[in-house]
Amino acid sequence: MIEHIFRGSKKYWMWLSFLLIMIAAGFGAYLYQFTYGLTVTGMGRDVSWGLYIGQFTFFVGVAASAVMVVLPYYLHNVKDFGRITVFGEFLAIAAVTMCMLFIVVDLGRPERVLNVLIMATPHSIMFWDMVVLSGYLLLNLLIGWNMLEAEYNAIEPAKWVKNLVYLSIPWAVSIHTVTAFLIAGLPGRHYWLTSIMAARFLASAFASGPSLLILLMLVLKKYTGFKTEEKAIHKLSLIITYAMTISIFFIVLEFFTAFYSQIPTHMHSLEYLFFGLEGHGVLVPFMVIFAVLALVALILLLNPKTRKNQKYLAIACSFVFVSMMIEKGLALIVGGFIPNAFETITEYLPTVTELLITMGIWAIGGLILTVFYKMAIGVKEQTGGAEF
Amino acid sequence: MYDKKIIIPILAVIVVVLTYPIWSLFGKGAAAPELDLNTPEIQALAEKECIEDTEFMRSNHMELLNEWRIKSVREGTNVYVASDGQEYEMSLQNTCLSCHSNKENFCDSCHSYAEVNPDCWDCHVGGEL
Amino acid sequence: MKMDRRNFIRMCGLGLLGLGATKADKIFADVTKSKYLRTASLQGKRWAMVIDSRKCNDCDDCVAACHKVHNVPDINKKEQEVKWIWKEGFHGTFPDLGHQYMTEKLEKRLFPILCNHCDNPACVRVCPTKATFKREDGVIMMDYHRCIGCRYCMAGCPYGARSFNFQDPRPYIKNMNNEYPTRTKGVVEKCNFCAELLVKGELPLCVQACKKGAITFGDLNDPASPVRKILENEATIQRKPSLGTYPSVYYIV
Repeated sequence: MIEHIFRGSKKYWMWLSFLLIMIAAGFGAYLYQFTYGLTVTGMGRDVSWGLYIGQFTFFVGVAASAVMVVLPYYLHNVKDFGRITVFGEFLAIAAVTMCMLFIVVDLGRPERVLNVLIMATPHSIMFWDMVVLSGYLLLNLLIGWNMLEAEYNAIEPAKWVKNLVYLSIPWAVSIHTVTAFLIAGLPGRHYWLTSIMAARFLASAFASGPSLLILLMLVLKKYTGFKTEEKAIHKLSLIITYAMTISIFFIVLEFFTAFYSQIPTHMHSLEYLFFGLEGHGVLVPFMVIFAVLALVALILLLNPKTRKNQKYLAIACSFVFVSMMIEKGLALIVGGFIPNAFETITEYLPTVTELLITMGIWAIGGLILTVFYKMAIGVKEQTGGAEF
Repeated sequence: MYDKKIIIPILAVIVVVLTYPIWSLFGKGAAAPELDLNTPEIQALAEKECIEDTEFMRSNHMELLNEWRIKSVREGTNVYVASDGQEYEMSLQNTCLSCHSNKENFCDSCHSYAEVNPDCWDCHVGGEL
Repeated sequence: MKMDRRNFIRMCGLGLLGLGATKADKIFADVTKSKYLRTASLQGKRWAMVIDSRKCNDCDDCVAACHKVHNVPDINKKEQEVKWIWKEGFHGTFPDLGHQYMTEKLEKRLFPILCNHCDNPACVRVCPTKATFKREDGVIMMDYHRCIGCRYCMAGCPYGARSFNFQDPRPYIKNMNNEYPTRTKGVVEKCNFCAELLVKGELPLCVQACKKGAITFGDLNDPASPVRKILENEATIQRKPSLGTYPSVYYIV
């Protein structure tokens, strides 16, 4: 199977070289950050988590969303997803790896990261996050690899692999729930202290992850021999429509609780993010983009005509992905720190170094995704895409 | 063997990288360092012995320091009772270095010979900064 | 099991893991059979502090004494400052208490603030390595050797009492105190209630430094202690009591 990775067209190698250049740039930026410390980021004592933890949170969602192709196929026998489950699993592998990298680049002393396991502390949610994320990575590696190998050998996958698939379904829910618990149980962080945080996370994950998957499938259709069936894409777009509607509904719920109760600390973060507070509002343009993209995407998804048209669907999917990336991958984390513990405002925007490192991690995710997808397509082309 | 052209060069690179610590030292023989115990503070001692005997200190000082760190930071004690009953304040900076005031010739010379880089001095003040 | 190439590699991996595991028990073993003592007993104590803000005026003696001895760096980037004790106005100190018609005196008054050494500390709950932990005498300690710099405690602390070393602090320490360590780049730090003095039976530096006697320190579990006497006779408040952290620092307003 691996041999497919090393045989490709000129375009394939050019794409890989492009990713490697991005990774090198990101790595260079990381060395700079490693030498001088996190002072090269836009974070400070008030906004002490920024883009890295935001991106981490977002990509945990992307990883968890693999369950949206796995669950219908294995629990509800939705045959249409048969050919793409492995793409969902490989997307999860790339996303979890990115999550781990985002955590590592955020640490002040990355060389001590294993202390989390050596000094295992069950009352810390971060310990559980490390456990469930590594477990999820392992699960998807085992499942994805063995499924593809079975396809390669044209045999049924082993029974234990199928059992692991069943385990991976609740596990996927757990990784995003634990990630929500990471921030949803902190006294004094009013914006995060909401019991629907985990539900919000899952809903937005099940919108943004499958959106990315559809976009990837459309790219594969254009550039490779692998064609996803219309029916699979259609089913996936329905899932996105539901998840996106629920996500926006949840955000409306947050607004209601804050603004009808009129409790200032509950209103402040939302006011800051969406309208600006006391003359501070660097994130307002981002939130306007979020709101516009999310609403346009919702309209395109809810209307069956546009949803079934792949051109509009592609627009809707990219809008869902970008809007959720802004809302969850930046604003949600930063908003929790504004206003700070003294009810004053310190703003945050990522620095160039942070952006370069983030881009480098995206490129690593892209690289993992590319080689795994290349392998999967190679196998599928050889076997004629046999289904089991 | 399939894909010889790819596998063999990659294997070669991996072997070279993994053995770097060994071959990078070829031709770099160095004499064992002489530990310098000649500080004014030690000269002034009636009995020239550390808190435990020399053999123990030589082989266990790192574990002892780790233990001190746990006992003082985490368990809130401040006094170490040595095997001979003598009591010492547990402090790398204020107890160890008060006698071994020559960090370069005492700590560093041996550590650099053994190629170990303890990060004690990132925080604990040891002579020159 | 058939020993083919794959199984051989799998076995090698397992063997290596096993080898690693045999070393693991050494991490926690003691090397000596020696005893460890405390100069002053900390048993059954719960340290607390009462700050009489009426006596506190424009001086910075407590801050200066603490920061000098503990080698707290003076970082020029305000947003990445490191501080153990500092002064805030009424609204910053008690954001849920003030109102717009307060006396001018109160509006202008500055309150020394520091780690509250909470009885139910959120920072300790969230720390993934127990680098920050609660001692039996109530002091919330930091073990800088163990901190991975994830800053989860900073998100957890509702008092903004924690500082992160965004850079190497040493170049920013003007007069190094050679008898106390510095911290290193990439760890979180905060007030330690002068644990190094408590164990010797001495009072924290800020208490000693205050010429007005505005800061009182003592054992909350001892009814005869000076802090208990004040708490019984004066109207005192804590910062953000509704969060259930039970701070050990009280204020007279």
